[in-house]
Amino acid sequence: MSKLLGPLGPEIGCDACFDLLDEYVDLELDGVDADARVPGMRAHLQGCPACHEEYEALRELAGADG
Amino acid sequence: MEIPVDGAPLIDRLRERSPEAIAELHALLLRAARFEVGRRRGALSHVRGEELDDIANQAADDALMAVLAKLDDYRGASRFTTWAYKFALLEAGVRLRRRAWQHREVVLEPDAWRALTDRQQSAHDQVEQADFLQALGRAIDTALTQHQRTVFVALALNEVPIDVLAERMSTTRGALYKTLHDARKRLRMELGEEDA
Repeated sequence: MSKLLGPLGPEIGCDACFDLLDEYVDLELDGVDADARVPGMRAHLQGCPACHEEYEALRELAGADG
Repeated sequence: MEIPVDGAPLIDRLRERSPEAIAELHALLLRAARFEVGRRRGALSHVRGEELDDIANQAADDALMAVLAKLDDYRGASRFTTWAYKFALLEAGVRLRRRAWQHREVVLEPDAWRALTDRQQSAHDQVEQADFLQALGRAIDTALTQHQRTVFVALALNEVPIDVLAERMSTTRGALYKTLHDARKRLRMELGEEDA
């Protein structure tokens, strides 16, 4: 049901997601609370499959760099 | 946040448009694009390896142009490599999603949801899910505009990739997601789901 109706609460859009995705991913990789620093990102990633795919890829790729 | 040490030399040389730095950046972007192609290769088993490599090269080329054009937007909030990678991953992702749907029909009939919800309903034997789909069907019919219905049915019910739909409707991912977001909000309200 949540997949159809999307996440509850405030979320950013696809353009803002792209602008902030690198910062969000690096904060996560650095062990910082990325959701507190980039509010609305987590909800958007739950609601937008395309942005979520790019998030997963960036996290994996940047994480492999160490 | 300070500009990370690992990114500063490359970005400085890129600002001077050093050919060596541009080649270094292209190699980095090609690596990212090939990484994304590799991640999705399983879902694109019907596509020849040569074509997939072309897709990676085209994605890296377009990402290079985008990164060079937006170099002044880099604020140092992330590692430079992470910032640059996202352009290649976006270009590769969009191309791969469109390639996967190249020969698939996208039905844009706003009333197509009826057959879809009926099909999903018959596939589930749980009463709760059947009730939800019935209520959802009524809400789609009464609470959404025709445009919202078209977008919601394609993205949320038919699971058409947003970039594919954007191309077929001559619009952008951002505009479509805004429509989807508004449609979901209306449906949640109609269905009595909690909303912030």
